[in-house]
Amino acid sequence: MTLAPETTDLKVQLRLGDGWFTVCDLNALLPGRGVAALLPDGRQAALFRTRSGRLHAIDNRDPFTGAAVLSRGLTGTRAGRPFVASPLLKQRFDLVSGQCLDDEGVRVATYEVRASGPCDGSAD
Amino acid sequence: MSTTAFAGDRPRPTIVLVGHGMVGQRFLEALAERGLTATHRVVVLCEEPRPAYDRVRLTSYFSGTTPEELSLTDKEFISTHGIELHIGDPAERIDRETRTVTARSGLTVGYDVLVLATGSFPFVPPVPGRDAEGCFVYRTIEDLLAIEEYATTRARTGAVVGGGLLGLEAAGALKGLGLATHIVEFAPRLMPVQVDDGGGAALLRTIEKMGLTVHTGTATQEIVPGEDGAVRAMRLSDGSELATDMVVFSAGVRPRDRLARDCGLAVGERGGIVVDARCRTVTDPRVFAIGECAQAVDGRVYGLVAPGYEQAETAAAAIAGDEAEFTGGDLSTKLKLLGVDVASFGDAHGTAEGCLDVVYADSRSGVYKKLVVDPDGTLLGGILVGDTEAYGTLRALTGSVPPVSPEQLVLPAGAPVRLGPSALPDEAVICSCHNVTKGAIRRAVAEHSCTSVPEVKKCTRAGTGCGSCVKVLGQLVDAELEAGGIEVDKGLCGCFSQTRQELYEIVLALRITSYQDLLDRYGREGARGGDGCEVCKPAVASVIASLAPAIGASGYVLDDEQAALQDTNDHFLANLQKNGSYSVVPRIPGGEISPEKLIVLGEIARDFGLYTKITGGQRIDMFGARVEQLPLIWARLVDAGFESGHAYGKALRTVKSCVGHTWCRYGVQDSVRMAIDLELRYRGLRSPHKLKAAVSGCARECAEAQSKDFGVIATANGWNLYVGGNGGATPRHADLLAQDLSDAELVRLIDRFLMFYIRTADHLERTSVWLERIPGGLDHVRDVVVHDSLGICAELESLMAAHVSHYRDEWAETLGDPEKLARFVSFVNAPDTPDPVVAFVPERDQMKPDLPLLSIGRRPLEGTTQR
Ligand code: SRM
Ligand SMILES: Cc1cc2nc3c(=O)[nH]c(=O)nc-3n(C[C@H](O)[C@H](O)[C@H](O)COP(=O)(O)OP(=O)(O)OC[C@H]3O[C@@H](n4cnc5c(N)ncnc54)[C@H](O)[C@@H]3O)c2cc1C
Ligand code: SF4
Ligand code: FES
Repeated sequence: MTLAPETTDLKVQLRLGDGWFTVCDLNALLPGRGVAALLPDGRQAALFRTRSGRLHAIDNRDPFTGAAVLSRGLTGTRAGRPFVASPLLKQRFDLVSGQCLDDEGVRVATYEVRASGPCDGSAD
Repeated sequence: MSTTAFAGDRPRPTIVLVGHGMVGQRFLEALAERGLTATHRVVVLCEEPRPAYDRVRLTSYFSGTTPEELSLTDKEFISTHGIELHIGDPAERIDRETRTVTARSGLTVGYDVLVLATGSFPFVPPVPGRDAEGCFVYRTIEDLLAIEEYATTRARTGAVVGGGLLGLEAAGALKGLGLATHIVEFAPRLMPVQVDDGGGAALLRTIEKMGLTVHTGTATQEIVPGEDGAVRAMRLSDGSELATDMVVFSAGVRPRDRLARDCGLAVGERGGIVVDARCRTVTDPRVFAIGECAQAVDGRVYGLVAPGYEQAETAAAAIAGDEAEFTGGDLSTKLKLLGVDVASFGDAHGTAEGCLDVVYADSRSGVYKKLVVDPDGTLLGGILVGDTEAYGTLRALTGSVPPVSPEQLVLPAGAPVRLGPSALPDEAVICSCHNVTKGAIRRAVAEHSCTSVPEVKKCTRAGTGCGSCVKVLGQLVDAELEAGGIEVDKGLCGCFSQTRQELYEIVLALRITSYQDLLDRYGREGARGGDGCEVCKPAVASVIASLAPAIGASGYVLDDEQAALQDTNDHFLANLQKNGSYSVVPRIPGGEISPEKLIVLGEIARDFGLYTKITGGQRIDMFGARVEQLPLIWARLVDAGFESGHAYGKALRTVKSCVGHTWCRYGVQDSVRMAIDLELRYRGLRSPHKLKAAVSGCARECAEAQSKDFGVIATANGWNLYVGGNGGATPRHADLLAQDLSDAELVRLIDRFLMFYIRTADHLERTSVWLERIPGGLDHVRDVVVHDSLGICAELESLMAAHVSHYRDEWAETLGDPEKLARFVSFVNAPDTPDPVVAFVPERDQMKPDLPLLSIGRRPLEGTTQR
């Protein structure tokens, strides 16, 4: 997907408590792939951008192995909902709810995420 | 010296038996049963150093049966019946005028009745060199002792001349002794006497699967001795030379009738002492001949033990003055050779006029069954290979019209579904990680209405551990759904209703270079416009990569959209490890590496603190690299002349080699050079699953080529190509595709084979599984790639040529591209901060992932058991 020139200086931000934490430029996110972000408290988030341009963020730690790798999984859509498959043992996680699709008892944290312009801070 | 026959005062008539073999012993028993041992003096001249033994079970010596256990007689039998047994003292002369037999020791015995049971000798074709040291025959216990001694001390390769019943037994014995074994058969098929072409083909396949090399339609022309006078090779009728350390002749047997000829007894045109229906020689009523040395009244010399036993009974009856006749024997045989069941009975070859065949053949399982019937349905005979279950019944039915149709008689018991996992019992554990049985999986489908593998995984946990059972799981779920009348979707995944093979054809024909384009045009209704899934993305990426040069796509897997499709391993050009670190495996073609390069690897591993290990693929793996270290490590590797080993890709992995004829005293070709050539040719080739290969320098097979997707074994004349081998969870021996290829022929065949596999295999289907699955199996693949039956070989070759000429090293390319390198960071917002989860603790002078660190912060898994 080609980015329109006006989107190139958009920033990706995560909601942490009451504020928004700026992570990176939007164009650092390749559609269909994720990146990892280090949060101020030492936790890690996995950020994804879907083909349609929507942004999602979940905890980066794979609950099945303990490794911080969910950002490196392959994404997809199932019944209209986006998911990522862990690159280690392939369990899938819903990107909106954090719910593991292969194990009802497992869920990862999710983060509110937006792309905001230099001045207005409007969401994607 | 002459010994006159006196027992007490009364002279008893003397019966002299020459030859104490199987039939001779049976004759003695028949004499005893008829009371003749009490009324006659019985003298036996036995050539061998031991009394009669079970020759039919001779080969069982190699599986631990002792010569004593093979014995057919004991001291008690001999002494109770007052038999004078002269062991190791063969008869040398018969004087029919004086009615005496003279033995080698000088012992001369007068006879009233003389019975010849001298058996046969193995025929050794009059080829030059047949007397060289290392040439053997296979007939007596002494022969076996000699073969065993030679094979275990002086030979690595053995050849058996003759692919008949005994030849196969001898070959099995050599193989069992650890020799690389060849069978050279003059006829166009194995066991030419017992089976027909179809049966021979089934037999051939099974025997080759066992790792024996068969040369049919080939005659032995010369045994070539080495300088020490011992066998070095044999020259074959096609001009080729077969390197071998020993030769066992098993080219048929000839009746031992020399004694008879010398004393003027009539012998048949092709040997055999001519006897009448009472087993009396036609020349001299005082002389009988029984067993393999006799030509029966029907003009035949029987080489089987059962007719010999009948002759023994007949002769004893005749001597006792009883009525008995031997007019012909049953040639039916049922054997278990080398683990293959073979049976033939009645008119096996269909020689009767107007007779018809009913044939069932399944070359995959090596089963071949043929019944010969006459036009009114009478069963005349038949041949069974691979499945002789019905031999007893069929033989019994011979000569009558069977109660059911001949087709029903040859179809496998319980006909259709006996394939794959559907044959497993419900108790069989399918997923060993979670101890899930087949029954539980079936219930998940039948009772819990799961209709897909993911649902069954969720319901039963099967397949959620190491994942190795998922393939079987898929087959079971499909089978269960089909059994429940539900149509099974053969599509690749939830996004595509096509199979991988169909997508390949679409991509090739329409030159589609974009995954999204393919999804939007050919995906399932609901999937179009979406993001696809973790199954089809790498599968399509692999198809596009395999075809890249031909369809005009970039072959570089990190280019543009391609990057988003790759599994994490391909995306980071390294293998993800359990703690989120990566392993680095540079290519070491053929396993050959210079000291300088070894030093570089050592230095890099030391400088980056990597754990090093020699892999099972003859190269060096360096573990524990953090993602941001990968470019730094690779910069040094590329600088030192290394390139990607594609350990991360569904691509060519390694071509293992043995040291070959450059160093090895046995090598016949330069296996290292060939392995390097092949590895460099096919490096970077993306395929449905990983590809492994090996090249061995001789039939000893040190490179284990027969366990590879394609394996090459050197012969004196070139290369033999094996395909479809597999190690791993379901090992499979590779099948021989073609023999004695030149370098160019070899490469051309591998080109075609690989491209045909890439074109027609399912996603994540190794060549072994593919070869078993595709209709027609190996024969079909051979037709396509060797005989070009589909007319696509030129295209397959040109696809491969395009791959070869467009190859570029992925790591070198990535290092030259700052935008791509920018992805190799731990955190997008803190590229230089290492992931704190990736930590190590020491172990055995190196390091390993810190497991406690991995479990800290792991969420408690509510409602789930510990994994
Ligand atoms: C490193 C190595 C083990 C070692 O320390 O020796 C290894 C390691 C892995 N093997 Fe292997 N295999 C290694 C040699 C083998 C061999 C031996 C050989 O190649 O001669 C086999 C059996 C031969 C064969 O493949 O037929 C082997 C059969 C497998 C299989 C089962 C394949 C099958 O068809 O059944 C898998 C699973 C799969 O591919 O689906 C597998 C998968 C793996 C993976 C990729 C599992 C994974 O996804 O993490 C392992 C990661 C490699 C890595 O670097 O992180 N590995 N693996 C060997 C690398 C060889 C190399 O230089 O590239
Ligand atoms: C490996 C092997 C497997 C076989 N498998 C089968 C099978 O599965 N089914 C089957 O039906 N048949 C089989 N046969 C064939 C079977 O063994 C023979 O048909 C049977 O042994 C014939 O018995 P015979 O007594 O006529 O000959 P032999 O058993 O050969 O006995 C002849 C004996 O006479 C001795 N002799 C020869 N000349 C003299 C002499 N001048 N003075 C004194 N002694 C002499 C020989 O040394 C020998 O001991 C097999 C044979 C072999 C070698
Ligand atoms: S396979 Fe290779 S190393 Fe092994 S004996 Fe033969 S030539 Fe030598
Ligand atoms: S055997 Fe089923 S997941 Fe490991």
